[in-house]
Amino acid sequence: MRLRIIWLIQSFKTALIMDKKLKLIGKSTPKLDGSERVSGRAVYGHDIELPNMLHGMILRSRYPSARIKSIDCSEALELDGVECIITANDVDVNRISYKRDHPVLKGETVNCQRDELAAVAATSRETARKALRLIKVDYEVMEGIFDPFEALKEDARQINLYGKGAESFGNKNIAESFTYSHGNLEEQKKNSRVIVSRRYRLPRVTHCCLATSNITADYSVLDGRLTLYASTQVPFLYQRDMAHALKMDPSRIRIIQPTIGGGFGSKLDMYPFEPICALLSMKTGKPVQLLYDREEEFIASPTRQTMVIDLTTGADAEGKFTFREVRIIMDNGAYTSWGATTPFVMMQTYSSLYQVPACHFRADAIYTNNPFAGSFRGYGNPQATFSVERNIDLMAEELGIGKDEIRLINANYPGEITGQGLHFKTCGAKPALMKVLETSDYERKNREKQNGRYRRGVGLASMLHVGGGAKIYRSDGCGTRLKLDHYGYLTIVTGSSEIGQGSETVLAMIASEELGIPLQQIRVINTDTDIKPWDVGVHASRTSFVAGNSLLGAIRLLKDKLNLKAARLMECETGDFLYEAGSIRADQKEIKIDKVVREMHFGSPNELCVAEYFYEPPSSFQDKQYMGDVSGNYAFASQVAEVEVDTYTGKVKVLNVYVSQDVGRVLNPVGLQGQIEGGLAIGIGYALTEEMIYEKGVLQNPSFHEYKLLTPVDMPDIHFYPIETLDEAGPYGSKGAGEAPLIPSAAAIANAVSDALGVEFQSLPLTPENVLRAWSEKRQHEPANSRKV
Amino acid sequence: MDKKQVPISFTINGKKMTRQVNPSLLLIHLIRDELKLKGTKPGCMEGECGACTVIVDGRAVNSCLYLAVNIDGKQVNTIEGLSTVERPLHPVQHKILEHGAVQCGFCTPGFVLSIKAIGDECVEQGIVPSRKEIAKELEGHLCRCTGYVKILDAAEDYLAHPILQNSSDHG
Repeated sequence: MRLRIIWLIQSFKTALIMDKKLKLIGKSTPKLDGSERVSGRAVYGHDIELPNMLHGMILRSRYPSARIKSIDCSEALELDGVECIITANDVDVNRISYKRDHPVLKGETVNCQRDELAAVAATSRETARKALRLIKVDYEVMEGIFDPFEALKEDARQINLYGKGAESFGNKNIAESFTYSHGNLEEQKKNSRVIVSRRYRLPRVTHCCLATSNITADYSVLDGRLTLYASTQVPFLYQRDMAHALKMDPSRIRIIQPTIGGGFGSKLDMYPFEPICALLSMKTGKPVQLLYDREEEFIASPTRQTMVIDLTTGADAEGKFTFREVRIIMDNGAYTSWGATTPFVMMQTYSSLYQVPACHFRADAIYTNNPFAGSFRGYGNPQATFSVERNIDLMAEELGIGKDEIRLINANYPGEITGQGLHFKTCGAKPALMKVLETSDYERKNREKQNGRYRRGVGLASMLHVGGGAKIYRSDGCGTRLKLDHYGYLTIVTGSSEIGQGSETVLAMIASEELGIPLQQIRVINTDTDIKPWDVGVHASRTSFVAGNSLLGAIRLLKDKLNLKAARLMECETGDFLYEAGSIRADQKEIKIDKVVREMHFGSPNELCVAEYFYEPPSSFQDKQYMGDVSGNYAFASQVAEVEVDTYTGKVKVLNVYVSQDVGRVLNPVGLQGQIEGGLAIGIGYALTEEMIYEKGVLQNPSFHEYKLLTPVDMPDIHFYPIETLDEAGPYGSKGAGEAPLIPSAAAIANAVSDALGVEFQSLPLTPENVLRAWSEKRQHEPANSRKV
Repeated sequence: MDKKQVPISFTINGKKMTRQVNPSLLLIHLIRDELKLKGTKPGCMEGECGACTVIVDGRAVNSCLYLAVNIDGKQVNTIEGLSTVERPLHPVQHKILEHGAVQCGFCTPGFVLSIKAIGDECVEQGIVPSRKEIAKELEGHLCRCTGYVKILDAAEDYLAHPILQNSSDHG
């Protein structure tokens, strides 16, 4: 009964949102900042040149684990053109990272291949490089610990000297730990007809932004202000972290974001190279630029969190899920960045993707002498979803029910409040599932088994992700300031950031829709912390949702002013006027919007046509047990991957991917489609080709030649079907969409390859080598005459 | 510096130029650091990503693998050369925008120049390449944002009716 009422309320609200006729929202709009980018005029960090600018470069450790006996820079300092060299002894800084376990420059020990020992500022990059070669470091090499399970042993030494594992988690090498549970696990185990336990291993992959990491620091000795041209996704958190590192007043630090050449989560934290560059500028009193080359980018920029997942799941005789029990060991690397907090997102998938009566989850991040992991689009969810969706296929096989059927039986539904307290006010989970099943012809393709050299298979997977921000920081909000000038041009100053995802365009579309101002008369200012109001940053697929709602709030206030003035000028009652084609319209009357603003500026009383608004999503903080409705709304998606496997070579070709995603409402179709396709490319790479290969803490493949990204020939046909559930929390009913497309891809592809070969996969990537190995093992274990054909 | 400087003469974006260059100078460094044409992007400096693509005598090349001395007597076009005051964007660029094929944009100038070079070649040979052929031709370019689909859409659209505009090549 309660369900039905919620349904009714929801359809009523939906009807209200639907009622409004939209002119621009929902129509494909090319990126407003696109022409700057296609013409080569956009200024990225690499393109900045300031007068008198020096070039910075970092000396990294030769060994992943060693004591530093001495660092001798004397010879390097004599080199012509070298202006400054800093080591840990020369700087007064705080440790960084949210765990404060990461020294900016390492003086006592080095703990991974990335470790920064010294930095040079010189008049050219060539000179800086030469200087690095002249710095002499005396190491006392130690045996590293590269396996988290080894690091957990009693006799292992403490890897990070600043870790608080012993006090907080009962083991010196535990960096972070999350425990969550709901429901009665033991009872649900008894209710289970089938229980499947598997261990999954997920690889280390990296963002591969086309523009490498970069920063230009400009410290003024005149006023003690530090300007940083920094490619960050989170300018205000970055400003705070930088101030902490440098022991400075945050407001003396100005962050200017140049055009950002790819983010994907990599720029969600501040890393040592950034305060290092600032320090070089402060020491020399000159601007200093620090650019990574590609090899350095592979070695020293963040990665996706690698982990071992032990997952046990159950289902009853009807196929209803009973419980999930999860134990995750994450390789934290030597220091802590956001990778350690991916359990926050993963536990949502384990607790709430499909209906789950009971769940117990524990994840520990373990210090090792490997590189540390950061955040990466999807934030742990591709890993969690891979394990969940593999187990579901295995349970369906054991129960003898369809892989489609078992998912439909357990699909999330509108009005559901999950065991973790996530409230799905709208939910497109089932419609998305049904859409991909139907369009892909899943049932038939799954039934048909093939023989011969090339074998096709289909795989199905779904996902759940936050769609309305995520309340993790003290505020998940975003500020907006609007200025409408007396020529009818609107300036939107937003706290949010453009990292290529198209947020500027969506914001301008919203303003154009609401105010009837053409797109060409709208400017978005979003790159300078001295100007823009506060915002958490680009993460959790939140920008269109949070910045969009913030903008709508500011527009309402601006319209209040305009309506009042327009009513006076048109000599009519004030009301909800129509804003169209640069005019404000009442019943029979009409006035140009710029004329209204002129009357505001120059009439009496004189006033500005400005407004500001701070939007905070209606989500709540989770309690200490991680219970709570953490997002403004939730995104759901399903994918079916169709693959062809060459059983001679092990090569997997993805032929088709059918994607259906609950996006709430499509705001900009071409932009959304771009997020889907781009996300899939990362998801397919994760499934098939990408892996950072480490040997004893040293990266073996730090180049695009050896770390394989997909190229234009590798893309499958993508069939995308958005589901519009019109969620009242989102702008025009929309939900966050950026991360979802890559979350279920690897799971769907692995399920498809398993379907094609009848072979199980518990790790990624499915390289030809790995596929062929699994295939040959299967054939060895099958007597020749009983081989399935 | 004891290395001998070598004189080279070339045409870049329609302008004749003579420079003294170090024999080991890479074309990308001549373009970005000396001529300050920053639209040519350094993505990997090892010929894998295509972001630094420029056109030399009609052929798309990775300027990070090309020595500056080798442009002696040749015509070089960078992304800046596609824009004129009269025609700020080349038809390839319009197609990229129209199809939503740009996100962060760091790889885009390279793609644009390669597609233009393919188009010029196709006009000369009187052929229209298939989507598969286009994908193969663009295999030397990496993009992490778009998943290539829209780039291929734009390329396919443009290459159906490519325009050989010698005037835009400045001779």
